[in-house]
Amino acid sequence: MKRATLHALTTARLDGRPIVLATALDTGDEQVIDPTLAPKSPLDTAAREAALKDKSAIAEIEGRNWFLNVFNPPLQMYVVGAVHIAQPLSRMAALAGFNVTVIDPRTAFATSERFPGLKLITEWPDEALANIALDMRSAVVTLTHDPKLDDPALAAALRSPAFYIGALGSKKTHAARLTRLKALGFDDGAMARIHGPVGLDIEAQTPAEIAVSILAQVIARLRGAEA
Amino acid sequence: MSNIDHDKVLEVASAWLDQGHKVALATVVKTWGSAPRPTGSQLAVRGDGEFAGSVSGGCVEGAVITEALDAIKDGRTRKLSFGVTNDQAWTVGLACGGQIEIFVEPVG
Repeated sequence: MKRATLHALTTARLDGRPIVLATALDTGDEQVIDPTLAPKSPLDTAAREAALKDKSAIAEIEGRNWFLNVFNPPLQMYVVGAVHIAQPLSRMAALAGFNVTVIDPRTAFATSERFPGLKLITEWPDEALANIALDMRSAVVTLTHDPKLDDPALAAALRSPAFYIGALGSKKTHAARLTRLKALGFDDGAMARIHGPVGLDIEAQTPAEIAVSILAQVIARLRGAEA
Repeated sequence: MSNIDHDKVLEVASAWLDQGHKVALATVVKTWGSAPRPTGSQLAVRGDGEFAGSVSGGCVEGAVITEALDAIKDGRTRKLSFGVTNDQAWTVGLACGGQIEIFVEPVG
C-alpha cells in the first residue's frame, strides 16, 4: 500500500466519510474510491455496492480480481423519546456498535442518570435533526407516541437516506401517523420506509424485549436480511 | 483487544510510519465457513515485530507476522491461505474449521 493511499483512507475516516480501497490482488495496484459519488467505471459500481452492503469482498472486474475493502463510518442511531424502551435500546445499540444519540426536549426524561455515557440532545426533534446530516449509515427510531415529537423526526428521516426508520405505536396509531405524514406531502412509497409498528414480531413484552425486537430489525435492514 | 483497537489498525500503521518504522499490512480478503474474523479485518505489523489488529483472533497471527516481516524486507506482496484443507503448507491452522485468504503488503 502506498503512503498516499494510507493517508487518503485515514483522512476519510477522520472526516467520518465512507471510503473504499480497491486492491488488485495480482499486482497490488490500488484505487481509493468515494462510494457516495456517481460511479464512472465497473470498479466504482462494485465499490459502491460493497459500501451499501457494508461488506468487504473480492470482485472480478474485467478479468482481474480486486479486493474491495469497505471503510464505512460508524453506524448512528437516533432515538427520539427518552422513554423507558429507549433505555435498553440505546444500551444494546451501543453494544452492537452504534453511536447512539437520544433526543427528547423533556429534560425530566433525558437525563444522564437514565442514559449514562450516551449523547443526549434536549431539543425538539426538528431542531435537533436540522443540525444532523442523516446518512445511509443512520437509523432513526421514534418512541414517544406523541405526534409533536415523533412526526417532525419521521419527516426529517424520510427526507434523508437513513437506512432504517422505525416508529413505536400500535397499528391504529401508525395508521393515524401515516395520514398526518401524507398531509405533509409524503406519498405511500416514501412512507413504506417506516417500520411501524416497530420491531420484529417476537411477541416481545418487556421494554428490554421490545428493544431486542427493534435492534434485530435494524440489523436485518442493515445486512439486507428478509425481516 | 477491544473493537476500538481493531478499528484503528490503519491509524496505528500511519503513526508507526510517522515515527520512522517500516510497516506491512495483512488483510483478510476471503473467508469460507466459520472464519473467525470477517473480510476486511486487518493486522498491521511493524519492522520490529510489534503488531496491532487481528486477522484470525489469534490462530494464525504468528505465521502472518513472519510473512509480513518478509514482505517488509523484500518489498513484495503475498497471498496466504489458512484452513483445514491445506495443512501441508502450514503447520498452523484454524481450530474453528474455517478457511481464510490473507493479502500481505508492505506499506509506504
